[in-house]
Amino acid sequence: MGVGLVLILITSLIFPGIVSVVKAKIAGRKGPRVMQHFYDIIRLMKKGNIYSRTTGFLFQLAPIIYFSTLLTAVFFIPVGNYKALLSFEGDFVMFAYLMASGRFIMIIAAMDTGSGFEGMGANREAFYSLLAEPVFFIIMGSIALHTGHNSFYDIFSNLYVESALTYFVSALSVYLIFWVSMIENSRLPVDDPQTHLELTMVHEVMVLDHSGFELGLIQLAGGLKFAIFGSLIFNLVLPIQNSYFLQLTFFPIVQVIYAVLVAFVESFRARNKMMRNAQWIITLSALSIVVFLTILIIHEKVGMLP
Amino acid sequence: MNEIIFIIIAVSALGIFALPKRSQYYLMLGTQIFLAALTGYLMYLSFNRIEPLQIYLFDLLGNDVSLVIDSLSAFFIFVINITVLTGALYAKGYLKPYLRDKTRLEMAWHYFNFLILHISLLMVAMLREGISFLVFWELMSVSVFFLIIFESEKQENKEAGIKFLIQMHVAFYFIIAAFIICSIATGQNIGFESLEQYFKDYPAFPVFLLFFIGFGIKAGFIPLHTWLIHAHPAAPSHISGIMSGVIIKMGIYGIVRVLTYIHSDLMPIGVFILIISIISGIFGVTIAIVQHDYKKLLAYHSIENIGIIGIGIGIGVMGLAINNPVLASLGFAGGLLHVLNHALFKSLLFYAAGSIYQQTHTRNIENLGGLMKKMPSTAVFFLLGAAAISGLPPFNGFISEFLIYTSLFKSLMVSDSILSVTLLAGIVALAVIGGLAVFCFTKVFSIIFLGTARSDKTRHSHEVRSSMLFPKFIIAILIIMIGIMPFMMLRPMSFVAGVFVDDTSSLRDMTGTMSGISLSLSLLIVFIGILFFIKLKLSKVRHTDIGSTWGCAYTGSDPALHQYSATSYAEYIIMKAKILVGVKKHFRYLTKENIFPGESYFKTGSSDVFEDNLVSRPAGGLLSFMEKIAVFQTGNIQHYLLYAIVFVIVISIISIFGII
Repeated sequence: MGVGLVLILITSLIFPGIVSVVKAKIAGRKGPRVMQHFYDIIRLMKKGNIYSRTTGFLFQLAPIIYFSTLLTAVFFIPVGNYKALLSFEGDFVMFAYLMASGRFIMIIAAMDTGSGFEGMGANREAFYSLLAEPVFFIIMGSIALHTGHNSFYDIFSNLYVESALTYFVSALSVYLIFWVSMIENSRLPVDDPQTHLELTMVHEVMVLDHSGFELGLIQLAGGLKFAIFGSLIFNLVLPIQNSYFLQLTFFPIVQVIYAVLVAFVESFRARNKMMRNAQWIITLSALSIVVFLTILIIHEKVGMLP
Repeated sequence: MNEIIFIIIAVSALGIFALPKRSQYYLMLGTQIFLAALTGYLMYLSFNRIEPLQIYLFDLLGNDVSLVIDSLSAFFIFVINITVLTGALYAKGYLKPYLRDKTRLEMAWHYFNFLILHISLLMVAMLREGISFLVFWELMSVSVFFLIIFESEKQENKEAGIKFLIQMHVAFYFIIAAFIICSIATGQNIGFESLEQYFKDYPAFPVFLLFFIGFGIKAGFIPLHTWLIHAHPAAPSHISGIMSGVIIKMGIYGIVRVLTYIHSDLMPIGVFILIISIISGIFGVTIAIVQHDYKKLLAYHSIENIGIIGIGIGIGVMGLAINNPVLASLGFAGGLLHVLNHALFKSLLFYAAGSIYQQTHTRNIENLGGLMKKMPSTAVFFLLGAAAISGLPPFNGFISEFLIYTSLFKSLMVSDSILSVTLLAGIVALAVIGGLAVFCFTKVFSIIFLGTARSDKTRHSHEVRSSMLFPKFIIAILIIMIGIMPFMMLRPMSFVAGVFVDDTSSLRDMTGTMSGISLSLSLLIVFIGILFFIKLKLSKVRHTDIGSTWGCAYTGSDPALHQYSATSYAEYIIMKAKILVGVKKHFRYLTKENIFPGESYFKTGSSDVFEDNLVSRPAGGLLSFMEKIAVFQTGNIQHYLLYAIVFVIVISIISIFGII
């Protein structure tokens, strides 16, 4: 039961490291150690804090709540046959809303600083994530309809049945979840964490004023988010009732491939124009409707047209 | 016994006028507590009975008028009592500044109407006989009208009140028309009983539509919502809270009460309600985002939440149509639970908004900022309400939205293709509404409470007195209780859903799911607790510094100047929903003719596209037509005599030719 949880937590620590190593290699740099990201977090946690005069207690509390929501969200994610610790009907709704709670409190914290930059970042974060929300719900709704089940574990364990179109559905779903994960983590093409201009940042600019222990938690949360989405992708790719050994081997492989893909996107794709982001995210929603329609076709519901 | 109770209530209502200013309030509060206790007892008696509880009252034109209380009525009685009582408690502190300026009679009139409102709300929820129902329905509207225009020295408040009164009467005609049709067609007396027979014999949809428009104006479904956005800001805040909490819910009550009698045409009705609700939900919250008046913003959120309630009810009706008790019970339970939840968090938000208004005397959020430090308790309550209305766990809004989501996902699996698309639209709508609500409430909370002050208005503000915090505290506890222990709501909600479907076992089966939610929320709280503990320990040993906010290394300017403003926060929505929100800018360019430029101005604001096209424009057209007709009104007696002669001649010509 707890194996999935442990796997996700370990992934969350290593994942950002893999991404930065691959990115460095692509750029021809030597790059940091894989665990460097983790050491950075430990160092941050050892440091003291500096708070802005404008902020209040919410600002200090927010990263704690944010990290806790993500940590709780991890308990909902199954890994292959390893059932999630918390599994009930409609758990993915709860999962999405937990993530939204974390986002809500981080936006509040950013606005608490009274900084124009952070307001900008908070505003963008709120807007982009609201646009990305339907993609997740349409995909989950479609595959829930497809499998006739209503919880992460049941959906993923019943995903591959009869039709070859299922493979198309899960391929498209993986593609969409990949981009949603990039939006949720504020990476390219929506946001570039490497940029050095506050005016064009999204997530990074929101956390400008955090420091010490709290900043460490925010960094950890970033890794967790990737690991959560990585596990979702793993479940979409390999949900068949395979042997536990096969799953334990494939889980790290899928995660590494995912990390490498993120690094490739970050290295080769240009960033969207700020004004184009909304349009780009809505396109993803439109694509997710294709998933839904395909599921309708698989179930021959379209034939039932009057 | 009945007579004694009526006399007690009537005497105390009138007694308000006899008392001095300071003690009027206590008589009103006492009577309301008495009323709440009485109806609470009836509610307790009637819950989970198979046959509704009946109490004979009196004989009206040969009809027996009696209170009929089933689980649905009992549920609404609960919502009414909770909201009105907390509103009354809050009113004490809120009305305090007005005691100085208002006369004894004005205050008594306000309290009297408050009491009448409470009585009529309760009676509307309990009566089934048509004429008495309509009388109390009308009494409710009229008392609300007087409550809205409490600050009648402001012209805009009077206008809002009159708008309310007119639209309520339009609604009233629709309801009467529907009742009369049913009564004539079946030969029974006017009342809900005649609907049973009517809907058996005739197609249900047309008459349902009449009822829907009538009750829907009260509830504020788009495009019937135009009174709501003016009445909520105009009314004093305890009334706004009650208005949003229960008065618009009586529209929902009317609709679901009518639905209990309908057994045919259910599919089109369900889809109709679902689509109208989706539109209300999304448009309501989108327009809310661009509002700068926080009470108006909350009013638009009422529309959004009516939409969410309607989505639940729509699914419930569709469940009835396809004979699926799981959908029906989940849909109705989700929608109606949201009635309670919305009453809680919306009244909390309005009471908090009232506290802000009392302290700053402005409703424009662009003038506020940094109130968190001056009014910390109000800020926490507002934040709690904001999180709850955005449907975030661990608060109550999430629970009802979760039930509605579950019903939507379950119905996806049993529907055909066209229905599937509608249901998917419902799911997407809920997700988008949730996201937009987060967007909106992060905006309004941040601009009011966070950052630094944007104007002088906040200078003298301080935390409100504890009598104004206490009712918020009660509501907050209820919000958290429902949010963290949702399983305890399942049993009562299954009784309420039992009014519509016989088999509500699926709701009881949700216990496992609800316990799962509880468990994960406890986990969340434990994590927060542990991390907070670690942070506290760390902050003892680590060095903590205070500095200024990061400003790109530039620290010279006034921090209030480069804060994010409400307009800039809403900019994305203003751009993307241009047609809907209709933000207009009026200004004159600076001219070049002189060295020193002349006077100029800039004005901007948003308008409601539905109000413009459905109310203002036709009303304006009618008015200008009437003005043209007014040429006949010369004020000259000879002309009027001429009209009379012309009229007589025309009549005689017509009758000669046998046309009439």
